[in-house]
Amino acid sequence: MRAKDLIGRHGEELAVRHLQACGFVVLARNWRCELGEIDIVARDGDVLVVCEVKTRTGLGFGSPLEAVTWEKAARLRRLAARWLAEHELRPGGVRIDVIGVLHKGSAPAVVDHVRGVE
Amino acid sequence: MALARARSVALVGVEGHLVEVEAHIGNGLPGFSLVGLPDAALAEARSRVRAAVANSAHDWPQRKLTVALSPATLPKAGAHFDLAIAVAVLGAAGVVSQGAVDGVVFLGELGLDGRVKAVRGALPSVLAASMAGCRRFIVPETNMGEARLVEDVEVFGVRTLRQVVSILRGEEVPDEPPYARAEVTADDDAGVLPRSDRLGALDLAEVLGQTAARRAVEVAAAGGHHLFLSGPPGAGKTMLAERMPGLLPDLPPVEALEVTAIHSVAGLLPADAPLVVRPPYCDPHHSASLPALVGGGSRIARPGAVSLAHRGILFLDEAPEFRPAVLDALRQPLEHGEVVIARSAGTARFPARFQLVLAANPCPCGRAYGKGIYCTCSSQARARYQQRLSGPIRDRIDILQLVEPVARAEMMADQRLIESTAVVADRVRKARERQADRFRGTPWTLNAHVPGYILRRRWPPDPGAMPVVEGHLSSGWITARGADRVLRIAWTLADLAGRDRPGRHDLFTALTMRLGHEPAGARAPAGGRGGRSSRVVGDDPAGSASARKAGRLDGARRSGGRGPTASRVTSLDERRERTD
Repeated sequence: MRAKDLIGRHGEELAVRHLQACGFVVLARNWRCELGEIDIVARDGDVLVVCEVKTRTGLGFGSPLEAVTWEKAARLRRLAARWLAEHELRPGGVRIDVIGVLHKGSAPAVVDHVRGVE
Repeated sequence: MALARARSVALVGVEGHLVEVEAHIGNGLPGFSLVGLPDAALAEARSRVRAAVANSAHDWPQRKLTVALSPATLPKAGAHFDLAIAVAVLGAAGVVSQGAVDGVVFLGELGLDGRVKAVRGALPSVLAASMAGCRRFIVPETNMGEARLVEDVEVFGVRTLRQVVSILRGEEVPDEPPYARAEVTADDDAGVLPRSDRLGALDLAEVLGQTAARRAVEVAAAGGHHLFLSGPPGAGKTMLAERMPGLLPDLPPVEALEVTAIHSVAGLLPADAPLVVRPPYCDPHHSASLPALVGGGSRIARPGAVSLAHRGILFLDEAPEFRPAVLDALRQPLEHGEVVIARSAGTARFPARFQLVLAANPCPCGRAYGKGIYCTCSSQARARYQQRLSGPIRDRIDILQLVEPVARAEMMADQRLIESTAVVADRVRKARERQADRFRGTPWTLNAHVPGYILRRRWPPDPGAMPVVEGHLSSGWITARGADRVLRIAWTLADLAGRDRPGRHDLFTALTMRLGHEPAGARAPAGGRGGRSSRVVGDDPAGSASARKAGRLDGARRSGGRGPTASRVTSLDERRERTD
């Protein structure tokens, strides 16, 4: 496994722990189809949450959240629709969340959770 | 979810409108949208503000940021909203409290390093906001002088965004190095119009001879009359015009503020002497374009020369060389004292109550003075040259003055006897005080500004004096508007002489000044000055009268009584016989 994938994997782990601490129920991780990959699928009450995790080890290229562009958010919306189509689930709503994880050197990681990305 | 507000001012012309800058940090991916009809410079505020906040050691909110400038329908232009945007964003981010920001108006352009740079139009902005009830202002240090000209306001001058944050947090304000470019700006602008300051050293005593022209300049200065100096090259027309601002008294406080506001919008105010107290003097070159003269710009309007000369003098040297369309654009400001410029982004209104001084050669070769025997121009060339100044513009000129070449005797005369600027300016000041006394309680201060019908009714001349003018009105020598102008000049003459009301002699002299020559068939009243010879001018409201004189004295002689000029003379004479 390459270093950048390891960092990403570690970030997703932190994100899952954060979501669970917030009372979310994680339904799936790294769900793939030909459109792409969903990092985390979770349930917040009766709302289905499709979650993208972005991890960075420094701010040299901007904050983790900035790396999620408008195009990426649109792709997540399509992925959410595909996931629902393939699963027997009727949630009260669907939401796209983005979690930025900043893990800088030996300092504790900072998790930034944005709910309901447009 | 966080929301904060800060206030700034949008300028349309010299009118300011209070603008509320709202910043909202919402849930969403990091982004910065700016709404509220920004122009290109304002839209770029996003990049400037973001860098300035980061370089002032504050975190930029990593959320969806929306900044709205309201009223949303008012087009907003310029970089001076930067500071208000930055403060609103910092307020929304919780760096400063909304309570500290409330009631403060922010003006300033931000540098990427957090410096607060000078803005144009600080004075009219602060003025408008104070009218709307705002009392506290934070402006760039360079603009502090002009902002403090407004009464009853508290102005903080700042150099950096860091200082602004400290003021709003009530902390000790850090000292920042001054921003050196201010001086460079002042030097750059020194070569731009207007240049009343640099005319301060000029003295009327330096003009040799020209007794009549000096008198005309004095009368024009005293009553605010428009003046046309016509004469050959080298006679001293420009010298006289340049010495005219020196004759005018300082601007009263209200007018000084008006003038300063316009110069502030034009970005011409030096930081060290913000208030314009001397009447401005503006002398655009004859290649000036229409927008340069009346004001304009592609989307937003900038004041032009007519507005920069507000409450001062607009001198057009070599007037016939200006494009006729440019000259005719002066008609609206001459009539209304303001210009209204419509652009796609809105309509701007600039005050433009200036005193017009024109200088021109009598013909293309410039030697058609006196008997005109040295002139080499054809009569058509002369006519075409004169026609470049349209009739409506000519009719708005009060005083037509010939400036003839200086005679040898005048050159050699004892120069200690020549009156200096100080002496003449004193008479002008006294004459203006008399006018101010007379017009107290009215909107006018100068004879030239009082409408004719009001002047005739409320301030008539001596009984028996008016017939001097009325005779020429009925014979078509002057127009009705011309008669009003004659009465105004007569009042100024009376004010200069300290008389209570103009008499026959004043009206006769005024008529002579208006026509540029002694009215034919009239004799100066007893004791009259009337030493002026009747010479060709080619300018007076009754074109036929002028043509007749021109034909009789010049054209007829030169063309040997034949040709088109001669036939015109005949036909005019016939017409005169008919009217007689």
